[in-house]
Amino acid sequence: MSNTVHLTINHLPLEVPAGTRIIEAAKMLNIDIPHLCYHPDQTIKAHCRMCMVEVTGQRKLLAACSTVVWEGMEVFTDTKKVYDAQVGVLDLILADHKQNCLSCARNGNCELQKLCRRFNRLLPELPDISSNEPLRIDNPSIVRDPSKCVKCGRCVKVCAEVQGCAALTASNRSGDFKITTAFDLPMDQTDCVLCGQCSLVCPVGAIVEVDNTNDVVRAIQDPRKHVVVQVAPSVRVGLGDEFGMEAGAIVTGKMVTALKMLGFDKVFDTNFSADLTIMEEGSELLDRIKNGGKLPMITSCSPGWVTYMEKQHPELCDNLSTAKSPQGMFGAVVKTYYAQKMGWDPHDIVSVSVMPCTAKKYEASRPELGRDGYRDVDYVLTTRELAKLIRYEGLDLSVLPESEFDSPLGIGSGAGAIFGATGGVMEAALRTAYEVYTGQTLPRLEFEAVRNDVNAIKEATIDLNGTPLKVAIANGLKNAEEIIRRVESGEADYIFIEIMACPGGCIGGGGQPIGTNNAVRDARIKALYELDKSLPLRKSHDNPEIKTIYEEFFGAPLSHRSHELLHTHYHARPKKHDFSHLK
Amino acid sequence: MSKKVCFITRNFGKYDPDSLKSYESIGGFTALRKALKMDGNEIADVLAANGVQGRGGAAYDMGKKWRQAREVKGEHKCVVCNADEGEPGTFKDRELLTNDPFQLLEGMIIAGWSVGADNGYIYMREEYSHLRPRLLSAIAQCEEAGYLGDNILNSGLNYRIHLYSGAGAYVCGEGSALSESIEGKAGRPRMKPPFIKQCGVFHLPTCVNNVESLSLVPPLLLDDEGYYKSQGTEDCPGTKMISVSGNVKNPGVFEVPFGITIREIVYDLAGGMENPEYPLRLVQLGGASGRICAPSQLDTPYTYKGMRQADLTAIGSGAVLVVDERTSVIGFLRMTQEFFSHESCGQCTPCREGNRHIAMLLDKIAAGEHTQKDVDTLKKFADIMSCASLCGLGETAQSALLSAMKRFPEVFAVKEEVAVR
Repeated sequence: MSNTVHLTINHLPLEVPAGTRIIEAAKMLNIDIPHLCYHPDQTIKAHCRMCMVEVTGQRKLLAACSTVVWEGMEVFTDTKKVYDAQVGVLDLILADHKQNCLSCARNGNCELQKLCRRFNRLLPELPDISSNEPLRIDNPSIVRDPSKCVKCGRCVKVCAEVQGCAALTASNRSGDFKITTAFDLPMDQTDCVLCGQCSLVCPVGAIVEVDNTNDVVRAIQDPRKHVVVQVAPSVRVGLGDEFGMEAGAIVTGKMVTALKMLGFDKVFDTNFSADLTIMEEGSELLDRIKNGGKLPMITSCSPGWVTYMEKQHPELCDNLSTAKSPQGMFGAVVKTYYAQKMGWDPHDIVSVSVMPCTAKKYEASRPELGRDGYRDVDYVLTTRELAKLIRYEGLDLSVLPESEFDSPLGIGSGAGAIFGATGGVMEAALRTAYEVYTGQTLPRLEFEAVRNDVNAIKEATIDLNGTPLKVAIANGLKNAEEIIRRVESGEADYIFIEIMACPGGCIGGGGQPIGTNNAVRDARIKALYELDKSLPLRKSHDNPEIKTIYEEFFGAPLSHRSHELLHTHYHARPKKHDFSHLK
Repeated sequence: MSKKVCFITRNFGKYDPDSLKSYESIGGFTALRKALKMDGNEIADVLAANGVQGRGGAAYDMGKKWRQAREVKGEHKCVVCNADEGEPGTFKDRELLTNDPFQLLEGMIIAGWSVGADNGYIYMREEYSHLRPRLLSAIAQCEEAGYLGDNILNSGLNYRIHLYSGAGAYVCGEGSALSESIEGKAGRPRMKPPFIKQCGVFHLPTCVNNVESLSLVPPLLLDDEGYYKSQGTEDCPGTKMISVSGNVKNPGVFEVPFGITIREIVYDLAGGMENPEYPLRLVQLGGASGRICAPSQLDTPYTYKGMRQADLTAIGSGAVLVVDERTSVIGFLRMTQEFFSHESCGQCTPCREGNRHIAMLLDKIAAGEHTQKDVDTLKKFADIMSCASLCGLGETAQSALLSAMKRFPEVFAVKEEVAVR
């Protein structure tokens, strides 16, 4: 059988690999067939029926997303029949979509809005029959708006097929058909881990993050408050997307300028606390190996993963590194060490973090991350929310000058930077562990063997100067589940495992700009490794600010004070989160 | 031509449907013994030679279907007997299940042999749960006697039959929704391709046939004299089970030769109109998804081609619903619409949303408050449902409406006082 197929689309001939679907073939001719449920990273659903096209000899219209091309196929994407069907389907969707666009979080980057503009729907034909179901705000991370849902099923797919959580599902039928949780329960009572991947694939504003931009603006406007902000490594390679820059553009300096112009008193780098995490987590690993602690040790920086573990695999609580995530460590350091240094009352500090993640909003709300009645991190903004603030200030990020993070807590090594990519925490930890364990300088900094692909698992054995160290890396919770299966079945005897909940790691997090797909994720991973390469400092333990903080405050990794401020604990959550502490 | 025939129904009342012995005493399983000596393709050839088209509604060439099913490669394959019989006004499969369960099982085993399947599933609608004990007992007796199980009658065929009850959704009569339902999932249709023949129940190659289609196989294999082919017309030989209901004197199930006219069905077999004061207004053929026949079309011959030429549903499920003048056309359409608004699975936009808007427009027309624009919108969205829906439900849900718009245009005429507004 031939490996290519010849067809025509609107009379234009083309040759495509066998197995190509019409929608992909059309893309090769730069024809974008309208679609809502189709997503390049997902399996085909064929539910929305926006992409209907005419094919010679076929009685019905065919869905371009699900129909594989055949030899001699003649496709038409712009006949009257196609136009009527596509506009008709669009009108049907619009009539069941609450059109409060002006106050919608997705105003401006809504796929339905784009289709309306494309089809020039000035006078939709059908009466509004959208539901009056209220907003579902039942957790600190994700808001669902059933009245805006177009039932495309993308969120259901990503939740089940990438994350293996299946917290979202379809229920009811006909006009009552809706996307919701099992038994319509609040998200916190489901297997949801608040990773926010659903919000990333939603074509409209039916699933968005809990918005904290107003809280932050109010804090900045309050003269009594010291408002400090930390920015996660992945934000600097994602934020540019929101301002029309190329995927993977590194915007660190511009971003710092924007944050300073926004009025934050201090702009710090989460890369600093990523280095701190490496100091603690790396030491913890060596300690566990040396003193017969629980192995394999599993990373704990990804709150989506931590929640998944607590809900699905509480037997692994002791396997997780007790080191807090970089966000958590930063929050603790700001309100203790830095407050002391500045002579500030920690109650007057408003600690803000900018994260590529919706689950970080939940993480910051955990009672373990705070003391004396205050939270270590008061507000978590996603990359998307930061972009909103920058737009509010009237800035165009792409043309801003560059500036430097404030010091101390503003220097981060390359090891801290790659925390955002799958395999990055592993590599960062190995750079430090190797040198601490062997007492020798690494001959080569790059551990290519642990650099992972999007939605993948990687296994490697690292030679610590004669001592083999078996490691595994996974991103996407379905892959995490596979790693756990290998461990629990005894199939694998890893010593150290890195797990990040989101595909590609934090760079592909649920709080990143809309439009983040696997191709964009690849570009961001590449950018983080380039950033690492460009930095003069590439090992966490070489970071001068890290050396200083240990000298001035913590003494040494795993010290008493470290344990008090930089480490935490986990507990089984029988599939039901308790958010009552928020009220 | 005789108006009533006995081919598929030849065993009705002749044996005790709860007893395998009784079935054997009238020649039961002779067809299976004969089939097991034949090649699977030969069996398919018999179906093809008799011009048998599937009885479920889609009228797919059955010999072709079996040959394709045989050609699909797979370690395991399934045969599914579709006993969902969900089309409103259809109840002929119930008669076959009630009066001749063993003939169905025999047909299913022959299907298994012919297509190379090792498991058969009967997917029976929830409303027929009273028939479960009879079928379960029939399956058990067949297992006991060696008609089911390993190495059936020393043929080397290993084949088992499972009975599965649906939960009452109309859409589960659709092959892929039925497969999902058997798998224990919500009965929502899958996108196609892959087709059921490649990827059906438990994602195995699956050959789905209607109760009547499978029940037809044993008598056909034994029909050496060519009785079946002698019935019906030249281009549409054979017999067909029909369910006649509505405003007729004698509603019921009849086996008729193809070629009989709709008039003969209504006035001869079913005894004519229930109340002579109320003449016939319309006949809906093929169930709720069928088109509407006007009184002027009553002489249409009941064959696939004849019906198609008259722009009527080509046989479909074999339902014949007779409606007299006590029911208005618009009232009838609203009732049909209510059914589909309830039974759409809701997955795809045209069907989920289209049904709701069409229902509202029909209400408006019933109230006489519609404009010409409303009628155009109605037609537009009925067309979109037909050509853009994911499965056959959405595709055919507006058959009644679209045919009524052609045959009863006066129903949709805009009232003068509305038009001048």
